Amino acid sequence: MRGATRYKWAACAATTVVLAATVTACGGGGGGGGGGSSATGVLSASWTDPQNPLEPANTNEVQGGKVLSMIFRGLKKYDPQTGAAQNMIASSIGTKDSQNFTIKLKNGWTFSNGQKVTSASFIDAWNYAAVTSNKQINASFFSYIDGFDKVHPETGSPSAKTMSGLKKTGDLSFTVKLNQKFSTWPDTLGYSAFMPLPQSFFTDHAGWLQKPIGNGPYEVQSYTRGTGIKLRKWSGYKGDDKAVNGGVDLQVYTDNNTAYTDLQAGNLDLVDDIPATQLKNVKSDLGGRYLNTPAGIIQTLGFPLYDKNWKGANSAKVRQGISMAINRPQITKTIFQNTRTPATDWTSPVLGSAGGYQSGVCGSVCTYNPTQAKKLIKDGGGIPGGTLKIGYNADTGSHKDWVDAVCNSINNALGNDNACVGSPTGTFADFRNKITNKQMTGPFRAGWQMDYPLIQDFLQPLYYTGASSNDSHFSNAAFDKLVDQANAENDSAKAVLKFQDAERILAQEVPAIPLWYQNGSAGWSSRLSNVALDPFSVPVYNEIKVS
Amino acid sequence: MGRYVIRRLLQMIPVFIGTTLLIFFMVYALGDPVAAKCGERACDPATAAQIRKDLYLDHPLWQQYLHYMGQIFQGDFGTAYNGQQVTALMGSAFPVTLRLTIVAILFEIIIGITLGVITGMRRGRPVDTGALLLTLIVISIPTFVTGYVLQYLLGVKWGVISPSVSTGAPFNELIIPGLVLALVSLAYVTRLTRTSIVENARADYVRTAIAKGLPRGRVITRHLLRNSLIPVVTFIGTDIGALMGGAIVTERIFNIRGVGFQLYQGILRLDSATVVGFVTILVIVFLVANLLVDLLYAVLDPRIRYA
Repeated sequence: MRGATRYKWAACAATTVVLAATVTACGGGGGGGGGGSSATGVLSASWTDPQNPLEPANTNEVQGGKVLSMIFRGLKKYDPQTGAAQNMIASSIGTKDSQNFTIKLKNGWTFSNGQKVTSASFIDAWNYAAVTSNKQINASFFSYIDGFDKVHPETGSPSAKTMSGLKKTGDLSFTVKLNQKFSTWPDTLGYSAFMPLPQSFFTDHAGWLQKPIGNGPYEVQSYTRGTGIKLRKWSGYKGDDKAVNGGVDLQVYTDNNTAYTDLQAGNLDLVDDIPATQLKNVKSDLGGRYLNTPAGIIQTLGFPLYDKNWKGANSAKVRQGISMAINRPQITKTIFQNTRTPATDWTSPVLGSAGGYQSGVCGSVCTYNPTQAKKLIKDGGGIPGGTLKIGYNADTGSHKDWVDAVCNSINNALGNDNACVGSPTGTFADFRNKITNKQMTGPFRAGWQMDYPLIQDFLQPLYYTGASSNDSHFSNAAFDKLVDQANAENDSAKAVLKFQDAERILAQEVPAIPLWYQNGSAGWSSRLSNVALDPFSVPVYNEIKVS
Repeated sequence: MGRYVIRRLLQMIPVFIGTTLLIFFMVYALGDPVAAKCGERACDPATAAQIRKDLYLDHPLWQQYLHYMGQIFQGDFGTAYNGQQVTALMGSAFPVTLRLTIVAILFEIIIGITLGVITGMRRGRPVDTGALLLTLIVISIPTFVTGYVLQYLLGVKWGVISPSVSTGAPFNELIIPGLVLALVSLAYVTRLTRTSIVENARADYVRTAIAKGLPRGRVITRHLLRNSLIPVVTFIGTDIGALMGGAIVTERIFNIRGVGFQLYQGILRLDSATVVGFVTILVIVFLVANLLVDLLYAVLDPRIRYA
């Protein structure tokens, strides 16, 4: 309790420094300590150490993404509620042929160091991200831009430093030429890899990494790697989604149980990763201060379609049968305490029906039906090798629990105790290695977190021939053709229909079995209100009110 | 004495090379670190190749090892995956763990040895039996149970302490984590001291000291305890190294960002530079602690001489 009070005082002192102009409740006499009205309180939230340096194109996981979403704004921003891409810095993005885009920027935006946000801020940032020698792990997001193969050849060193598809036409306008038709490309531009960068990123890179400078509603006050980052409201922010609190202190926790304990003890305001073991108690511990909403994450079981056992024409039947043998509602209820939702397609409900989500595309294949399952597996020639070994990594995410449950369900459905067992791999890295090197012989767990809320992101990277995350090495000419047609479609509603047609092919071929959609969860202290999670399961920090 | 120390220091060199070599090979055996870097999706081959090249991973293992050792002797422990120098990570992690270890060792010495002397002198009495039973219980409960229970009771239920340690990890916040970390060793120290005291209590020199008419307290501290401490010092000496590297569980529970945390994270991410670097330092800590223990023998027991 003492700790909490002390913390509040420290927070007040900090905000008063940042927002000296605003009279805050902290300064007032009486020393109420309880906070009071102000919109300037600083909240503390749990965090874990990002895996890679905090650069926009080098961050592909949620923890780094949290910070980027606070300190950066790009051409577009995804609505925290609907996920729809809306213009942010872009005043217009136009195209006639779905391949050449003209981008115009709004005037008046600046970075928090005072520098203007111009077309060069985008072009330089994108070129930097794409060049191989900069080792940005999100480089492949720029592969649609013309000239990418010159700066990022498959082997050898790049023969150019800039992509020919990016052309500056004025301080606030530039054009982009893609190497293929991609009608929904503008909607991908809200992803953090596409954020603009100030000159200081290139001139003083080490200094920038110490204290990243962006153009978002918050600015970095201090960043101690491995410990935490202090973000404060930036008063010069131009957008209409200004922060309603004084700032956010992200604190690194080595264990999410400790973060939860700290929340209970009043030392922490917001935890966005409720430990699985606490899910049973969370309602009684926190009362209404708990949230559990769908996020753009789907868990599947991928199959090694390159393996001779899973290649054959009949093996699709076996995969369908296995899918039918999994009792999804029961597992999500007992193992996950309803923090997962049984999947009925290969996308995510957060897309909404306009975005391409359609419940039940998977149909009977994703519905528990033991008798039909048994029949289909028998028709398809039985499980290869007699035993299904589901691969997972044992180091994180307590995957063993649900893999065992899935196997149990399959064993019960088939009336055979040896039909399915879990096959753990020690570390995530080793697990990924086996998948990348095509060494899997049975199904393996796969999780897909969307990069941007588009149906394209759930289908093309995962199931298109040779796509970057096609771990099953699924290849289907009809599927590829429909995806190409969808990308070439100018009207986004029509594009979505084409993508859904492509998705129906997955229901027949089942390169991966949809298991469930993952929810995001968050718990918070009584000081906070208006807490919400966006479709990426990241708290909408700038809208949180601190009392 | 001087020759002995020099000889011991020279002996450390092959041990050092052997252990680092083993660790290096073991970390390598865990798999390709680049695969973990890109999360659920595969790294695109060109970027992965570039990263491998920059981390010197495109060379055969023995060349990597030589390259790494060459760097270490120039004081460069490489770069961790989050772009930070491993030496910087060490600079922030080792002082924290060192403080935690000091607190734990103090607990072991003060409580453990005192309890050991008391029980040893009162052999067979209720105090002795009670303390033995208590140590048995402590030894049989895993650290994470005591850690979580104490954290919940003191931190959440009664609000006496903060459940997590703040960034600076000052000594006063490390008392409970230090106690949790020390508990098991503390129980061993108590038992070791007790056995040793019981053994020596009937020794000739003790009888002589009593016959000389020395006060009881002086007999116990100067004669009996001093001679009984050798096995205890050996244990505490090796425990320093074990506590520094093995505080992973305690550090996780109380959110202490020390050596254990860095090692755990390094292993999960296959960050070989971090893991090998930290373990190398731990190896040195072990070797130095062992040397100090051996030298302490001579101080405690004048009969032991090093030439």
